[in-house]
Amino acid sequence: MTETVASELPAQAFPVPRGCPFSEPAEYARLRERAPVSKVRLPGGEQAWWVSGYEEGRAVLADPRFSSDRRKDNFPNPTGDPRFRERFRRQPPSMIGMDGADHSAARRAVIGEFTVKRLAALRPRIQQIVDGFIDDMLAAGTRPVDLVRALSLPVPSLVICEMLGAPYADHEYFQSRTAALIRRSTPSDERLRASDELRSYLADLLARKEAEPGDDLYSRQIARQRTGGALDHESLVSTATLLLLAGHETTANMISLGVVGLLEHPEQLALIKSDPAKTPLAVEELLRYFAIVETATSRVATEDVEIGGVTVKADEGIIVSGLSANWDPAMFSSPGELDLERGARHHIAFGYGPHQCLGQNLARLELQIVFDTLFRRIPGLRLAGPVDDIPFKANASIYGAYELPVTW
Amino acid sequence: MRIKADTGVCVGAGQCVLTEPAVFDQDDDGIVVLLTDQPGDQAAARAREAVGLCPSQALSIVED
Repeated sequence: MTETVASELPAQAFPVPRGCPFSEPAEYARLRERAPVSKVRLPGGEQAWWVSGYEEGRAVLADPRFSSDRRKDNFPNPTGDPRFRERFRRQPPSMIGMDGADHSAARRAVIGEFTVKRLAALRPRIQQIVDGFIDDMLAAGTRPVDLVRALSLPVPSLVICEMLGAPYADHEYFQSRTAALIRRSTPSDERLRASDELRSYLADLLARKEAEPGDDLYSRQIARQRTGGALDHESLVSTATLLLLAGHETTANMISLGVVGLLEHPEQLALIKSDPAKTPLAVEELLRYFAIVETATSRVATEDVEIGGVTVKADEGIIVSGLSANWDPAMFSSPGELDLERGARHHIAFGYGPHQCLGQNLARLELQIVFDTLFRRIPGLRLAGPVDDIPFKANASIYGAYELPVTW
Repeated sequence: MRIKADTGVCVGAGQCVLTEPAVFDQDDDGIVVLLTDQPGDQAAARAREAVGLCPSQALSIVED
């Protein structure tokens, strides 16, 4: 890779930890004003291109000349620890690490499970799950309540467990490993161990499903592969791990941040309280505003590509910042204002291009049901302390809150 | 205007179905199905929005 001289790079490593949920890091706006695509240093010392602009970000993510293959040299590795790349090379990639026809085949094997119609049929069950956890909150009698443990994590965890066919009783096991994986400050050894433990947990679960299939996604994936020929256990484990991890941690963090965002903007919250028909678009704005998954949209160029006034050379890594793109004032006027009636559905909180989030419509459904139900059933809900006291995940690959004490 | 859908490119994100269910549907494998390729006035604006949202650029508009 051609190294840009260090003095031309921003002093701070990217991605920059977020200071608070209500603004992007100041460095992002500065860099975006200077250039929509520029070189940055990653925390582990490697360099990569950083895409700040919305148009350029969408262009990169739709361009097949940028590869998602995490095994390639220079695919952005924020830790700088080569063991992560080695690990990717030893196990079959899940669909997020595939390109072209391979990716298309892997995605098509599961996308039928996530159609708008299939998900709409889940609505009554999701409503029941949300009501159940809110019943528990109200019945407990103690306040304040940590909303993360009471609602944000259990709702998507139980929903995805039922969909996939994973036992919810194991939730502490997979939630703790996921938490270790996404925390950037977790030592590499511990992260690698968490990743191995999740895989071996799912390998065991899939072996049980193979012997005793159920009416669930994991069992149907096994049956589908068997129809097509021999079972590829390792690739089934890769898909299973991806779905379990992506299915609970992301939505959980959006629930917590959405609640904070709504409570801190009472005039906005009043809009959806008085008219739940506004909730779907409100959810889109919350997704844009918080853009919790920032660097999953990393790629590596397979040939020289001109973009945003620069040439990204073949084999150079590139990161599309979902947060920076969603706060690009060229696309979203006054991006720092939370405006639930903005009507902005073209944000890239779920990414863009062929890899756009597989579970996006499940996430939308869960978020709509949670926000409508929570504020209807507990209209007096409020933060138990100042917002500045909430421990936010300033330095995690998925932004959110570790705890969210609420009362009413 | 007419809508065209490229089922070979579609990735089943389902944004079109959310945007205008009178025009777009998905088959059992998640791939786009056009319920009509000539939406009426009301649906046309939302169908255009769906074309702009489609992450895989599987949808396009042909102006008559």
